[in-house]
Amino acid sequence: MTRLRRLFLAPSVTLTVLLFLTPLGILLVYTFLTRGAYGGMGAPWTLENWVRVADPLYLGILVRSVLAAAVSTLLCLVLGFPLALFISRAGRRKNLYLFLVVLPFWTSFLIRTYAWMFLLRDTGLINTLLISAGIVREPLPLLYNYGAVVLGLVYGYLPFMVLPLYAALERIDSNLLEASSDLGAHPWQTLKRVVLPLSAPGVRAGLILVFIPCLGAYLTPDLLGGGKTILIGTLIQNQFSTARDWPFGSAVSLALMAAVMVLLMVLARRHGDSLL
Amino acid sequence: MEPVLELDRVSKHFPGHKAVDQLNLTLLDGEFFCLLGPSGCGKTTTLRLIAGFEEPTDGEIRLRGQAISRLKPYQRNINTVFQSYALFPHLTVRANIEFGMRYRGNPARNALEKTVEMLQLGDKIDRLPAQLSGGERQRVALARSLVLEPDVLLLDEPLSALDPNLRKQVRGELKDLQRRTGITFLFITHDQEEALSMSDRLAVMNQGKIEQTGTPQDVYLKPSTRFAATFLGPMNWVNSTGIRPESTRVAPAPPGDDVRTMPAQVEDSIFLGNCVHVKARLVTGEPFVAEVPRTMPRFMPGDRVHLWWEPSDELHLPPQ
Amino acid sequence: MKIRGLGFYAVLAYFFLHAPIAVLLAFSFNSGRFTVWEGVSFRWYEAALRNSQLLEATLNSLIIAVAATALAATAGTLCAYALWKREARWLTSALTLSLVTPEIVMGISLLAFFQWVFRSFSVHLGMHTVVLAHVTFCLAYVVIVVLARLRTMDNSLEEAALDLGAGEWQAFYRVTLPALGPGIAAAALLAFTISFDDYVITSMVAGVDSETLPMVLYAIARRGANPVVNAISAMIVVALGLLVLVSERFRES
Repeated sequence: MTRLRRLFLAPSVTLTVLLFLTPLGILLVYTFLTRGAYGGMGAPWTLENWVRVADPLYLGILVRSVLAAAVSTLLCLVLGFPLALFISRAGRRKNLYLFLVVLPFWTSFLIRTYAWMFLLRDTGLINTLLISAGIVREPLPLLYNYGAVVLGLVYGYLPFMVLPLYAALERIDSNLLEASSDLGAHPWQTLKRVVLPLSAPGVRAGLILVFIPCLGAYLTPDLLGGGKTILIGTLIQNQFSTARDWPFGSAVSLALMAAVMVLLMVLARRHGDSLL
Repeated sequence: MEPVLELDRVSKHFPGHKAVDQLNLTLLDGEFFCLLGPSGCGKTTTLRLIAGFEEPTDGEIRLRGQAISRLKPYQRNINTVFQSYALFPHLTVRANIEFGMRYRGNPARNALEKTVEMLQLGDKIDRLPAQLSGGERQRVALARSLVLEPDVLLLDEPLSALDPNLRKQVRGELKDLQRRTGITFLFITHDQEEALSMSDRLAVMNQGKIEQTGTPQDVYLKPSTRFAATFLGPMNWVNSTGIRPESTRVAPAPPGDDVRTMPAQVEDSIFLGNCVHVKARLVTGEPFVAEVPRTMPRFMPGDRVHLWWEPSDELHLPPQ
Repeated sequence: MKIRGLGFYAVLAYFFLHAPIAVLLAFSFNSGRFTVWEGVSFRWYEAALRNSQLLEATLNSLIIAVAATALAATAGTLCAYALWKREARWLTSALTLSLVTPEIVMGISLLAFFQWVFRSFSVHLGMHTVVLAHVTFCLAYVVIVVLARLRTMDNSLEEAALDLGAGEWQAFYRVTLPALGPGIAAAALLAFTISFDDYVITSMVAGVDSETLPMVLYAIARRGANPVVNAISAMIVVALGLLVLVSERFRES
């Protein structure tokens, strides 16, 4: 088996080492270089880029990104839980309802984000309707703000929350719910004392699956936040394009990676489950 | 009869426990042999060692005198009927049966037809496994292995997936199949009734070792260890003497002098249809069960009785 | 346990999930340029189909997605099989990490890597770099899906093949691979949609001749409202929806 196994592993090992780990390694080397005059970089070796990451200006962006991701994740949980509960108790139409949650995921993320631009912009559908109904006179500033970014993130990642929640709720033996009401618990008490504790693994998985992509999101803040709401993804992109500061951009990238890894280890390792 | 398969001080150690420990076992050509033991005793590991899915840590396995311990599963003329049957779900019954024939260079056509007929699979030949009943699946699993005419056929609790009503019927069919093909069967089970009813010889296995090997009568009537005695059937114990419930009689008054007798008090009397189990406690404190005919007058809890048995029914086995 | 209002809530939730796309699709048939309904027309579809830049980008996206899917599905299936046989901790960790790496970071690091390589060899960014990048981020998804399928498979299936005389390669090819079929198809579908949809990483590693559909859409979307985007979106949504529906049907049968 060992020969066949080695042969089978060869392509993915090559891909992973060459196109995933090596590129990250290159970024790591870049973080210790000094930015040159025309976007180039070179000696002397320095720790300055890492020091700059801890600058209050950039720490503020990091905090703001974490907040945006946390708010979006919690909203996904609050909005997703009742929906997952509904699907898990839908009987024979379960699969249809589940499919309806997953369906947007199969359509393009870019298009889903664009759909909100179409609705929210000054000449968008919502403002057009509000003005023609005479409710407002000037278009409301719905797009290009923090709220729009959070809305886009919630919309984009809600399926990632519903799926693990549903999987956990589905596993709960319906006899347990009957036993609980048989022992005198009101539905809400059953929900609180039986369903919620038993769905904890799904909640944990959902939190990981939503928080991590939200933290590193680039497309949503870029399109729905405009230039105003700078989050960490946009900051990184700026360093490589307009600012042409590769060493600092690399440092921010790896700091973000480190944050994601720590988060994953804390949340996944403690409970012994991994994504693979 | 010739030995066909020999296990010579075979051990298999996994990190932290010895699944099989210095095991010796000899299978004779053409016999139906049962390996009987509780779950976790190492019987499945033994089977996997013989089939070649595991390599022994120590010891030697010989097939018709040839060492096979280091051979791959596909290099051994031994086949397995898996507990789950492991039928290939994407292949028809025919393709399942033909699967191994292309590797073993079998005389083909005739062998296939003979096997299919023997296992009465003629009208199921073009079905997929998912379209078969449990009993039919088991017969396909058997056919797939038997068509290759292995030196030894390993059967890993093949009746456990069947419903209880079918199980007893299939026991007879399996035994019959083994006689007709003359192929050596090594049948693994934790069910002592299965082992007793089917095997020519059986071995009782416990904690990675064989406790006793012999014919069903030998092992049931003359168990050499306490474990073998209790695993094959219920047993009453007075110190190191064991008496089976069916050898134990109950009498209101002391019987004659040439039998063993013990005063006791009835605790319960359970009607089982074909017989009655009288549960009693000896004056010395040991619990005792006597299996008595249902025609006997009923004993009530609290009755003072005398339990007795023939000295020849006693088994003398010191606690291990 | 009966909770009142749950059904009503679900209706609202599904409205939230589907209404934005539905509105987008509806307005793709609007004859007017703005968000006021002026009547049914196919003019934006005509405009989209006459736009050679869009057509070229669509073709590029398809070529890239097909190539990346084929490569990732092959490498990922073999990898999942090997990992199923025996765990390889570092590889599992690396794949998990690639799954949670923010797209922007992966894009930047790949760009840095390609620039570094191209300094030594005179190659440039193009379709090939995009395909390589896509294979890299699709690989872990394929491994996850196929590995999950392997874990629900009866372990003794492959042992039975070996037992009946098949060698290791034959057991894999004749038994395990067919049993994995639906899992591999699901993984390939996932890889295809992720690849077809990707903007962030693609925009970093694409060359001048390898503009993809998401890149063109992004450029138009940033410039402001354009009903052509609605029409293209509608076509993509319908095409991907059909693909998913067909594969669901296929899996059920």
